[in-house]
Amino acid sequence: MLNRLEIAGGADRAGRPEEIRGIALKAGESLAVAGPTGSGKSEFLADIEQLAAGDTPSGRIVSYRNAKGEMAGRSPAIVATLSQRTNFIMDARVEEFAALHAASLGKPGRDWAQRTADLANTLCGEPMTPESPLQRLSGGQARALMIADIALISDAPVVLIDEVENAGIDKHLAVSVLTGHGKIAVIATHDPVLILSSPRRLIMAEGGMRRLLAAAGEDRRCLDRLAGYDAALLRARDILRRGEEMREEFFR
Amino acid sequence: MKALIVAGPPSAGKTAVILHVARRLLAAGDKVAAVKFDTRSSLDPELYASSLGIPAIGGLSDYLCPDHYFISNMEEALEWGKSRGADCLFIETAGLCLRCAPHIEGLPAVTVVDSLSGLHAPQKMGPMLALTDIVVLTKGDLVSQAEREVISFGIHAANPRARIHPVNGLLGTGSLGLSGELRQLPELDEAAERKLRHDMPAAICSYCTGERRIGRRYQSGNVEKLRPESPHAEPA
Ligand SMILES: Nc1nc2c(ncn2[C@@H]2O[C@H](COP(=O)(O)OP(=O)(O)OP(=O)(O)O)[C@@H](O)[C@H]2O)c(=O)[nH]1
Ligand SMILES: Nc1ncnc2c1ncn2[C@@H]1O[C@H](COP(=O)(O)OP(=O)(O)OP(=O)(O)O)[C@@H](O)[C@H]1O
Ligand SMILES: [Mg+2]
Ligand SMILES: [Mg+2]
Ligand SMILES: [Zn+2]
Repeated sequence: MLNRLEIAGGADRAGRPEEIRGIALKAGESLAVAGPTGSGKSEFLADIEQLAAGDTPSGRIVSYRNAKGEMAGRSPAIVATLSQRTNFIMDARVEEFAALHAASLGKPGRDWAQRTADLANTLCGEPMTPESPLQRLSGGQARALMIADIALISDAPVVLIDEVENAGIDKHLAVSVLTGHGKIAVIATHDPVLILSSPRRLIMAEGGMRRLLAAAGEDRRCLDRLAGYDAALLRARDILRRGEEMREEFFR
Repeated sequence: MKALIVAGPPSAGKTAVILHVARRLLAAGDKVAAVKFDTRSSLDPELYASSLGIPAIGGLSDYLCPDHYFISNMEEALEWGKSRGADCLFIETAGLCLRCAPHIEGLPAVTVVDSLSGLHAPQKMGPMLALTDIVVLTKGDLVSQAEREVISFGIHAANPRARIHPVNGLLGTGSLGLSGELRQLPELDEAAERKLRHDMPAAICSYCTGERRIGRRYQSGNVEKLRPESPHAEPA
């Protein structure tokens, strides 16, 4: 039996039962979570992260079965979360943080600091080193390090991603390092290409799960066109970030 | 009656957590009361009374050592709780130094740790953390998951015996598990003849009796001096 994540619906912010009564995700599946600002995307992720047991504001019940079919309790080994925050509070250098986080998950040794910093540096602009103090990383660097940390050190079977498109890092590369290998991924995003890239999307409104849509054939054709626009925007961003000027031939 | 001693640094989230847990106990039909020990002033007793409608009192140590004041009033606090017919009495302590712990052998001990308090906080917290039964980790919403895991690891290293409950003091998330655990605890409400889990600092010197002047000639009683020859006094 595969890993399986189940979310039983609770109530929206007004206390009304959610329209979507439940969702199940199997190993390797990803779900996009979309909706206006304040619609409850982050709250939905927080419920999964904490394996909510009716004890959160939404009243949702989240359960997880591992590959052996056992119900798992709350444990950091199950869910890794990339939250919306873009800074570290901890007063430590990248290497201390990586070593401590690996040790806290029972994974000591293996040069975590260098590998994590190397992966983070593929995601962001200016490089960090294992000696960099966490609190002096830029928003984008901190986010890149959080992503690399989740991919390499946490390496959990369920990955929650909250607005990876923020902070100017390579969002497609970030999603690909965070997901895959049979992981269940739940991706809260405002980005049309990321929304359409998941086979299913959950639409949130007023704190509740409002609609659950599967990507249809026309969605997919639109995704290809949107991905083209998106790639053009990212190329333009890189040109401008390098200090070059935009030329009309860019569009030819 | 169940007596619970809740300790933790200032603003760690003790009151926020107690409010959430007490609300769950009240919903289950229990009678709840609270005592707050503090140094100079405290808004907590009014907060308990106004937000939950439970009996609540406060005690201020004022010019006395807060640790000594707290332990000297343990029986009185428990007697007051019983006189109010409480099934569960929360004893919130604040202003205690990290040299001591207010925890008592045989009585359930809860220590609240703030996720923002830093990487080395679990070591620095000393016996208040090392000798507790239950650790409540608050403000996890303000740090990354990895940082929460590192702090929990530090707490576990400082006290491998304690169960750690992450609780969000704003939303109450996690308070279900904590109140479930508290509900399992035995009914214990006698303090006399029990012992503190850790000794308290001596405080019998001239400053204990209100002395404010500085200088060796004003000092008497238990006085310890800096020892420059001690190994940790200077960097190597
Ligand atoms: N974001 C966040 N804030 C919290 C959390 N828990 C408590 N707070 C806030 O932290 C502040 C202090 O909380 P209190 O519960 O008053 O702390 P305390 O330990 O009782 O403080 P004293 O009794 O004064 O020592 C309040 O503004 C709370 O709302 C939490 O989990 N997350
Ligand atoms: N079902 C619910 N019941 C009660 N409160 C809720 C519920 N869902 C969300 N909330 C609350 O509503 C507020 C906004 O929700 P949230 O932060 O999850 O929005 P969001 O969709 O992530 O917004 P953004 O796009 O700005 O990140 C939060 O304070 C959250 O705790
Ligand atoms: Mg959000
Ligand atoms: Mg308080
Ligand atoms: Zn004292």
